[in-house]
Amino acid sequence: MSANTAVADKYRNNFLKEIEEQVEMGDWVKMCMQCGVCSGSCPTNFQSAWEHPPQELFMMIRAGKREEVLTSSSMWNCTSCYNCIVRCPRKIPITHIMHGIAEYAHRIGLAPKMQATRFFSGLFWKNCTQTGRVNELKLSMGLYFKDGFASGIREGMKMKDIAIGMVLAKRLNPFELFGGHKCKDQKGIQAMLKKAYEIEHARKAAKMAG
Amino acid sequence: MADIKVAAYICKGCGLGERLDADALVKIAQKDGKVPLAKSHDFLCNADGVAMIQNDITNEGVTHIMIGACSRRAKTEAFFFPENAVARANLREGVIWIRPDTDEARETTQEMAEDYIRMGCAEVKAMTAPTANAAAGSSKTLLVVGGGVTGMTTAIEASKTGYPVVLVEKTGALGGWAAKLYKRVPVHEPYKSPADTGVGELVSQVLGDSNIKVYLNATVAKTDGAPGRFVVDIATESGATHTEDIGAIVQASGFTLYDMNKLPELGAGKSANVVDQAGLEALAIAAASGDGVIRRPSDNQPVKSVVFVQCAGQRDPSGTHLAYCSGYCCNTSIKQAMYFKDANPSIDTTIIYSDLRTPGNGEDFYRSAQEKGVIFTKGKVAEVVPNGATSTVKFNDLILGDTDASILDVDLVVLATGQVPNSGINIDAPAGVEEEGVVQIKPISILNLTYRQGKDVPQLKQGFTDSHFICFPYETRRTGIYTAGPVRRPMDIAQAREDATGAALKSIQALENAELGRAAHPRSGDLSFPKVRLEGCTQCKRCTVECPFGAIDEDEKRFPVFNESRCRRCGTCMGACPVRVISFENYSVNTVGAQIKAVDMPDEFSEKPRILILACENDAYPALDMAGMSRNEYSAFVRIIPIRCLGSVNTIWITDALNAGYDGVMLMGCKSGDEYQCHFVKGSELGRVRMSKIDDTLKTLNLESERVRDLEVAITDIERVPEMINKYAAELVAVGPSPFKGF
Repeated sequence: MSANTAVADKYRNNFLKEIEEQVEMGDWVKMCMQCGVCSGSCPTNFQSAWEHPPQELFMMIRAGKREEVLTSSSMWNCTSCYNCIVRCPRKIPITHIMHGIAEYAHRIGLAPKMQATRFFSGLFWKNCTQTGRVNELKLSMGLYFKDGFASGIREGMKMKDIAIGMVLAKRLNPFELFGGHKCKDQKGIQAMLKKAYEIEHARKAAKMAG
Repeated sequence: MADIKVAAYICKGCGLGERLDADALVKIAQKDGKVPLAKSHDFLCNADGVAMIQNDITNEGVTHIMIGACSRRAKTEAFFFPENAVARANLREGVIWIRPDTDEARETTQEMAEDYIRMGCAEVKAMTAPTANAAAGSSKTLLVVGGGVTGMTTAIEASKTGYPVVLVEKTGALGGWAAKLYKRVPVHEPYKSPADTGVGELVSQVLGDSNIKVYLNATVAKTDGAPGRFVVDIATESGATHTEDIGAIVQASGFTLYDMNKLPELGAGKSANVVDQAGLEALAIAAASGDGVIRRPSDNQPVKSVVFVQCAGQRDPSGTHLAYCSGYCCNTSIKQAMYFKDANPSIDTTIIYSDLRTPGNGEDFYRSAQEKGVIFTKGKVAEVVPNGATSTVKFNDLILGDTDASILDVDLVVLATGQVPNSGINIDAPAGVEEEGVVQIKPISILNLTYRQGKDVPQLKQGFTDSHFICFPYETRRTGIYTAGPVRRPMDIAQAREDATGAALKSIQALENAELGRAAHPRSGDLSFPKVRLEGCTQCKRCTVECPFGAIDEDEKRFPVFNESRCRRCGTCMGACPVRVISFENYSVNTVGAQIKAVDMPDEFSEKPRILILACENDAYPALDMAGMSRNEYSAFVRIIPIRCLGSVNTIWITDALNAGYDGVMLMGCKSGDEYQCHFVKGSELGRVRMSKIDDTLKTLNLESERVRDLEVAITDIERVPEMINKYAAELVAVGPSPFKGF
């Protein structure tokens, strides 16, 4: 039984309760009064990036639209500008809830696989936890080749002038591609992150089981 | 009218002395005004000036005073001579402040001032000092009709103030709707949970008060008389009738819930598990006396899911149901949802609303309900389909754009149906005709007034009792009778208690003024009242039909019977009277007519037209005064006469003015119609109906229809009114001078 079917079975028709218990700050969802100030304040929403603005997501949660909410790409578009939190008349931590829902959808395997933010987050995490430092060259190249080799070359060539300029200005070192430099105690930092992951994982697993 | 002595005083203060030739004005008063005693003073409203006038009253036997100074709206305390007839010529706001201070304008400005002096002298001679109504009653007892929260609060508040109260309740117990509630919406911090109704305490307070006499199972069989001297017959269930002397009346007859059986599409009548808000209160009370579990009416099973349908039969634009929002039902549904959540948080409670309106501190209450897990869904319920013991609620989800949303397996559906006022008979409804789209109200009279115009107080279009909703929301259109609580407008307990307190104080004010024989409102303190010369009356009944306040009855010979204490002194009867036998001591067909005729009319070659303006003293005249204060200039050719109301304008004034050679007449009154602003509710409307027939008069005089202009003026039209005057003056130049000049 997958993680998803297990929790879905546990909460049956009460998606709001599932969100309240499983999602970070999810117990705030019920407090939304549907004024829409969050949607109006969102800088990304001007490009119609959001299929469902925050207050609509909250209403969908209350209406029990589990599949639609958790597979949505909407909450992944949040840029953490905190405009909505500042403006919410009900003081709902909307930004945190957006990340909470995204994290939960990822945890139970419903998040859209190739959603750009989600892909970048995974790439970034792997990149920085490996050596304890972010390798900018590897990170950006990883993004260019997200959709395959040919498109990676194509996208990369668009930026070649800037890249050459940065190399000449000593802001970009091509040799970082081979190994690159690391933090002092690479093993220590990996151990620390592993422990943190274990604690977090145990906590969430207990919640999902309990 | 024997032995009147008139004196005229011209003030030279506030720049009047510099802008006007005061000596010439004194001479005008003596020569044209024929005033034996005329003086000017440098500063008339100071102690010395007032002492001069007082001295003339005491030593010279002056009875009538004409003051040429500022507007009659200014310095009323300084120029207060209650024993004398006083007229004011408005030289400051009406002349120098609206005219430019230039050499060219000097001549016309002086002419304007001279005319106002002539008009003031003519007016004061046609006046007498008013004396109070002698037919005043002195009963101080308050009648409260209705023993609900509103009625009981009124009784308690009036009793605390020291006035005896008679309380009449139709049913066998006090308490009204509130007694049928399990709990009420909280009115104290922290506004988080339903509170006790407090009705029991109110009831025991009423019953324990020796100043309050309670009639249960009783109705008002007859109300006769006027403020201060009402005689009320109270019929009790046993058949006995008690008669009480009453000073003023508060009608707190409350509301009835809109009949949910008119909403079959929402499942009403189809399933016992669809109830209105009162139905749920009954279930909650039944639960509280048992194990605390609210049960389905159909099979007594515990309710596991409940849906509240807001605006059921309300805010309906189609006209089938109530058009308005009752304002209290959102808070009530929130409260009722808490009945379930407080008892058992696992019960699914959903409130489907289209706009959640939570007055008072309802926002905190709303938040508390969200914290307790009540689900709020924005949508419009299309249908409730009962299916055995449960129902399916189909609705249009307005946030998610889902027109086909539904909630399944609902144990109980609660419809928030709203308030319909118990305002008695609609006395303005045409007999026998049921107007389509208008909510029918039980045609049982509440007050059974013996008034000529009908048994109950007049209503607004939704059946709520009519009042001047902008300026005097408490007042009904029957002096000394106040409505309070949901019969006046939809409201909750907290608002009703406030309303009740206000009505108690208002009615005390009314009965005290009635005893002194003066008006309570809006001309508060006015001692004048209409006097009729019955020997000239033709029994045409226009005054009795038109009086906006039902003050005039008819005797068996169909002569009008004036009930002065019911009168608000608007003068609508005076304007209506075709034979002009109705007048006030200080305001009559004569006082205005004399002013119209007193104006010095230049000949047709002088290029000085004359425009008469009859301006409502409540809105238009203050607007003109304020135009003066803002130095908004207007034509020097107008002569303005304040009138009590457009309704008091008698068409003879228009005819007289046109015959006298005025080039045009402007009437300035308040907005009429459904959104009236007239202080006398119907005055401006009736005045306009009369004036609409002025075209015939113009035709018989062979005059252009432009010569009479009706203008709707609000008190805020400080800039617009001078513009309209100047525009009209320019139009009249195009029309040409009146052919009646020089006759």
